[in-house]
Amino acid sequence: MSDFLSPNLVVFAATIAAAFLSFYLGTGRVRKQAIASQTKSHSLNQYYGFYVSLWVLVPAILLALIWMFAADPMLTSAAKARMLAAYPNLPDSFLNLKMAQLVNIAAGYIKAPDAVMAAQADLLRAAQASADRARSLTLAAVMCIGFFYAFRRVSPELRARVLCEAFLRRLFFLSAVVAILTTIGIVASLLFEAVRFFREVSLFDFFFGTHWSPMTALRPGDAAAADEFVAGSTGSFGMVPVMAGTLLVAVIAMAVAVPIGLFSAIYTSEFASRRVRNIVKPTLEVLAGVPTVVYGFFAALTAAPFFRDLGLFVGLDVSSQSALAAGGVMGIMIIPFISSLSDDVITAVPQSLRDGAYGLGSTRGETIIRVVLPAAFPGLVGAFLLAISRAIGETMIVVMAAGVAANMTINPLESVTTVTVQIVMLLTGDNEFDSVKTLSAFALGMTLFVITLLLNVAALTASRRLGQRYE
Amino acid sequence: MDTVVDMAKAIKIQAKDVNVFYGEKQALNNVSIDIEDRSVTAFIGPSGCGKSTFLRCFNRMNDVIPSCRVKGSIMMGDVDVNSPQTDPVLLRARIGMVFQKPNPFPKTIFENVAYGPRIHGLAQSKTELDDMVEDSLKKAGLWGEVADRLADQATGLSGGQQQRLCIARAIAVGPDVLLMDEPCSALDPIATSVIEELISELQQRFTILIVTHSMQQAARVSQKTAYFHLGTLVEYGDTKDVFTLPKNEQTEAYISGKIG
Repeated sequence: MSDFLSPNLVVFAATIAAAFLSFYLGTGRVRKQAIASQTKSHSLNQYYGFYVSLWVLVPAILLALIWMFAADPMLTSAAKARMLAAYPNLPDSFLNLKMAQLVNIAAGYIKAPDAVMAAQADLLRAAQASADRARSLTLAAVMCIGFFYAFRRVSPELRARVLCEAFLRRLFFLSAVVAILTTIGIVASLLFEAVRFFREVSLFDFFFGTHWSPMTALRPGDAAAADEFVAGSTGSFGMVPVMAGTLLVAVIAMAVAVPIGLFSAIYTSEFASRRVRNIVKPTLEVLAGVPTVVYGFFAALTAAPFFRDLGLFVGLDVSSQSALAAGGVMGIMIIPFISSLSDDVITAVPQSLRDGAYGLGSTRGETIIRVVLPAAFPGLVGAFLLAISRAIGETMIVVMAAGVAANMTINPLESVTTVTVQIVMLLTGDNEFDSVKTLSAFALGMTLFVITLLLNVAALTASRRLGQRYE
Repeated sequence: MDTVVDMAKAIKIQAKDVNVFYGEKQALNNVSIDIEDRSVTAFIGPSGCGKSTFLRCFNRMNDVIPSCRVKGSIMMGDVDVNSPQTDPVLLRARIGMVFQKPNPFPKTIFENVAYGPRIHGLAQSKTELDDMVEDSLKKAGLWGEVADRLADQATGLSGGQQQRLCIARAIAVGPDVLLMDEPCSALDPIATSVIEELISELQQRFTILIVTHSMQQAARVSQKTAYFHLGTLVEYGDTKDVFTLPKNEQTEAYISGKIG
């Protein structure tokens, strides 16, 4: 067998072929039976084909999935047992290295260094081959059983369409469940690590502590214990300065994005002709497609020096990593977000309200300020809240342009740090994954998640209220 | 006798050779009409005949539609409605409009009525504004129903109440003319009859132009009726003549239900 036709590929192709074959056999059978019994079949012929091929495919796919999760670990543990017998004196960590080597030798990526390894690799290959054979046979058997079960049930009376529809419904439901379970899984892992963190650091210290330096500093009273800990495994974990920095950057971002975004939305929805709108709106939305890391360059290399020079010019001391630069660029990033959502919301305000206002002798400005914007208000609030949660969760710009020092300040000219920056700092590089320092990242992540979740829920509620009003 | 009374009525608005185009398409063709002061004039005709378009010429509401061009003169006193020198904002303060679907603003009942006086700066004090709102609501026959809940959201009112609120909102600006674009088409029969009674009362103070799809409504509320067909004014005369002795075959076919 050539490299191209790996056993897996052959099995896969055979399964697909079997599905197609069963489709034709299924439709053929119902057609013949309908002619023979002079009846009209319940569903279109193709549904009988789908019905049979579903019975062939679905059990096969399920089996393959189970096999994938069950067989490989079994093969590996058997091989490890053999290796243990072959190298009885090797420590565990070396054995694991040897195992990795063995898998590569068996796959043919590298040559065996000695006869023992070669023999072991042969054994593993043989085991894999027999496992593959067993899998192919089992698959074939399962497909045959499925096929004959479904094929025998095919008759003009069978409600094949209903059964296929029911399958589709379950498939879609399953997809939805997978998405939800993944979310729950992510949140659960976050929660689990956060709980481990809070076993070490009290909730009060974390949420109300005003000193954040997880890398170096020691908690008061820990000085005695300092010798016993490796440097960096203790620190002070008060998230207030970090959260303050996050809010400061978000507020600056919103201060930039809300006026520009809202006003451009008013322009595109109320003033621009169709032609101009068709140019301006997509162009604004292109901004949303710029990768955030590019905004990061812009913030670090252009905006920050600009603000510093500007500060020097007017005699202000602006840090080279100022909250102003990071927040300003982040604001530019969320402009399209706000303008696009606000444009939709403003356009959704019924024309009849504008007509009513014009009919009373309102000017365009009065109509927009006194009637259209108040009517759109809940939806606009929703758009802003979504934008805030984007700003708070944004990472790349602040990593590149905001600082890492957790200053407790509301001065936008100083360097601040944000939750996302701290998470990046804590989790990149060489870290053991169970130190308090690392765990604190999960607590920060959890806090961030809860905040953005609440903002999103509030945004949805607000937009829904607008929707109901004009039903 | 009737003719003598009719003759005595002054002409409020005089439209001459009004042509309206939507882009290339002509929607109204040389329409000329004299509207009597303090009377109800009904515009009837099949859908797409241009009657709503014509109504919207009187307060320049067609300005809002970018592709729409209006030619001809509409004189109200010595004001040429259609002249570029005429400020539509001031014009619309003199000519109120009520729309097909009730369109109260998403504000309180009070704020809806106070909207017009506020933007035109009509009230000098809070008490004056209160009086204006009360007066307008009374004229629109809604005061008794909403007097104790002026601070409630207007969108919570019933359809008929909302439409009367829109009438009150239009009256509050102090116009001479009221344009009504099928004001009852979204309302049930009871609310419709309330509005029709109201129209008859308002007629004593205002010149009313009403577009309607219901010929019974035109017959009940109007003194003059204009029948439009395919953008032309086919027949215009006293309502009872138009409905009993139509001079034009098309008019007769329409009011007897043969076309529509």
